[in-house]
Amino acid sequence: MYLNQFLFLAAFLFCVGVYGVLARKNGVLVLMSVELILNAVNVNLVAFGAFHDTVVGQVFALFVIAIAAAEVGVGLAIVLLIYRNKHSIDLTEVDLMKG
Amino acid sequence: MLRNAWVIPALPVLSFVLILFFGRRLPGKGHELGLAAVGGALLLSVVALVQWVDLPADYEVPPPGEHAAADAAGAGEDHAEEGAAEEDGHADEEGAAAAEEEHADGAAPAASAGDEEGGDGAAAAAEEEHHAEPIRRPVAREVLWFSSGDVEIKAGTRMDGMAVILVFTVCLISFLVHVFSTNYMHDDRRYTHYFASLSLFTAGMLIMVTASNTLQLLFGWEMMGLCSFMLIGHWWEEKDNSDAALKAFFTTRTGDIGLLVGLSILFVTAGSTFDIAAINDAALAGDIGRTALVAAAAALLCAVVGKSAQFPLHTWLPDAMAGPTPVSALIHAATMVVAGVYLVARLYGVFWEAFDIGAGGINPVALVGGVTVLIAAALAFVQSDIKKVLAYSTVSQLGYMVMALGVGAWTAGLFHLFTHAMFKGLLFLGAGSVSHAVHSFDMKKGMGGLRPHMPITYRTFLIGSLALAGVFPLAGFWSKDEILLGASANGYQLFLVVGLIGAFMTAAYMTRCVYLTFFGEYRGHGHPHESPRAITGPLVVLAFLAVTAGLLNAPGIELFSEWTEGATTVAAGVEHHSFSVGMALLGSLMGFAGIGAGYAYYWRNLGPHRLTERSGAALSGYRILENKYWLDRLYSDMIVGGIKGPVARAAYWTNQRIIDGVVNAVGIGSRAVANFTYDVVDQKVVDGVVNGTGIGAEEGGSALSVLQTGRVQQYAAFLFGGVVLLGGALVLFA
Repeated sequence: MYLNQFLFLAAFLFCVGVYGVLARKNGVLVLMSVELILNAVNVNLVAFGAFHDTVVGQVFALFVIAIAAAEVGVGLAIVLLIYRNKHSIDLTEVDLMKG
Repeated sequence: MLRNAWVIPALPVLSFVLILFFGRRLPGKGHELGLAAVGGALLLSVVALVQWVDLPADYEVPPPGEHAAADAAGAGEDHAEEGAAEEDGHADEEGAAAAEEEHADGAAPAASAGDEEGGDGAAAAAEEEHHAEPIRRPVAREVLWFSSGDVEIKAGTRMDGMAVILVFTVCLISFLVHVFSTNYMHDDRRYTHYFASLSLFTAGMLIMVTASNTLQLLFGWEMMGLCSFMLIGHWWEEKDNSDAALKAFFTTRTGDIGLLVGLSILFVTAGSTFDIAAINDAALAGDIGRTALVAAAAALLCAVVGKSAQFPLHTWLPDAMAGPTPVSALIHAATMVVAGVYLVARLYGVFWEAFDIGAGGINPVALVGGVTVLIAAALAFVQSDIKKVLAYSTVSQLGYMVMALGVGAWTAGLFHLFTHAMFKGLLFLGAGSVSHAVHSFDMKKGMGGLRPHMPITYRTFLIGSLALAGVFPLAGFWSKDEILLGASANGYQLFLVVGLIGAFMTAAYMTRCVYLTFFGEYRGHGHPHESPRAITGPLVVLAFLAVTAGLLNAPGIELFSEWTEGATTVAAGVEHHSFSVGMALLGSLMGFAGIGAGYAYYWRNLGPHRLTERSGAALSGYRILENKYWLDRLYSDMIVGGIKGPVARAAYWTNQRIIDGVVNAVGIGSRAVANFTYDVVDQKVVDGVVNGTGIGAEEGGSALSVLQTGRVQQYAAFLFGGVVLLGGALVLFA
């Protein structure tokens, strides 16, 4: 079994995710990009788990999925509230914390 | 019932909670709950008493040490054999009729000693050696409360003769006080609260009395402290009352520190145990170091002085009269003040060893008691408030009890506690009945000549007074006689004299009190009338007991000592002296002399009347008494207000003349130094640094604030950039 292909896939996913988080203006898409980053990590975890012939990686990935679900729930709720207040989910407009 | 003795204190606790939550909605506003709970506890306590009497006396007290064993063998051979035989037969008859609980209790000494009675383990192990004559085995039952490290703290009950007698006394007095209060406190604003507190008060005393370990004892002790505060300050709208409540609380608290210290010392030195029996054993066997033991006993004595209102901390007790009269009866007769006496009796092994009580002469316990007897009795003469006379009388009688314990007359002290509860409860309730009729407590202004108006109150009050004065064959006669006998037989001649003088004074001031209240002209306003049945009922019951209670330990009967003398006293070798005609005659003589003196002075108008107006010495003596030896002033002005007092003025003088000179010199010198420091060090260096920091922070902040755009994605970019830098560093350098 080759480990490399999985690692390349994960690295690619991670880069796409980072690009999305940094560049997209749509709040929902930013959240989706965060999911991409997390799933890149999951791919890594499962791949290394299989490579070392242990189940730990998969278990850990399950935890990540569960936490990601919670995180996206909170994130979407925030986005929803922002939309109600501003009628937009453009993150560049949300700069109330400007120093 | 003895094994399930926890039910007895649990009942009033339960009623406290129920009254608090549901009392107001009930037709009787909560008194029915209190009456039912305390009445139930009274019934159960009677059952417990009967069962205790039925227990076979088959327990051989293990010797705590060599010398104690020898003493114990000689002690009290006279009463135990007959008791054992008699009680065995009695137990068989009862066996059929009694419930299975009885059976369980009977089997308890043999079968269940192992499983739950952890505290008795040590005693049971040592039991192999046979010594002394058997007594009834205390019925203990404990459960694990909590454990800390290796130390297991248990909660449980240990019922022995003393506990059983006291539980009965407390329940009885409390029940009668409850009955009395239903009428006396009628229409009170906080009627429901009053009954809730009364229940909790009773529960506190019961918890303390049945406690098997010192921690639980402390718990009950503090519960009573709290309840006495609530009840004395029941009418807290008047400042005097709330002051009195605070005074009672703080004064007893002063002593309570001693209890904490003493119990802690005992815990550490007696092998990390709170178990009372184990502590007594350890003390008697000499397992506790001499210094630690004396320190612990002295600390505990402080607690007793505070709680049992002994000299010099007795001042709170007369002020505690600010509470409702039934509460005074409860506090003075059965709970609270008796707790201190009970503490000494309970941890008698500690006091016995620490102060060499068996040796005779003078020891701190007896001294405190003896001084209190005389000082309080003298104060009772100058009071015009009937409740205060009784209060000082209580202080004096408590002094008797403590003195009895101090001179080694353990049984006598406890017996006096028992009989005193009856007649002092009676006298207080009688005073309450009188005040109910005339709406005053002042004997000189509001009473007098009440005899024809209140026949039942008069008769019962008279019986109580005679019992207190020690007239044959009423209750006080027997117990006082035993104390005097104990003092003389154990080599405490000084305290015999104190006791005799005290007996004389007691009889005299009670005669004065009866005269001022019931004889002569009526000096109050309105029409006095006999009180209703809820008030006179308890009076009659207590009057009956005040007559008969003493017979329990009369010569030829001596049931009281046979029931109560337990493991500790036998192990310590406390000797119980039974009746002596000579001493009884001497004691009675003093009592009758006191009554006669009072009679001559008040009825026959003999003796030096108006002495205080003619003689300066008498006047100053009167002043001393009237001002209660200035002890209150001492505490409030010297100690509490010490800062304002002479101490403060002396300090002020020293301050002005001596310290100020030094201070001024130092001041002038330091001013020069300070000026220099101000100009150079402070203004230039320090301020420069401080201002520099401030300016730096401000500049840096405004420069960095550019970075804080409020845009999430920019922050995320910084985050990723940082991670990339760290990751790069990791790859390159690690």
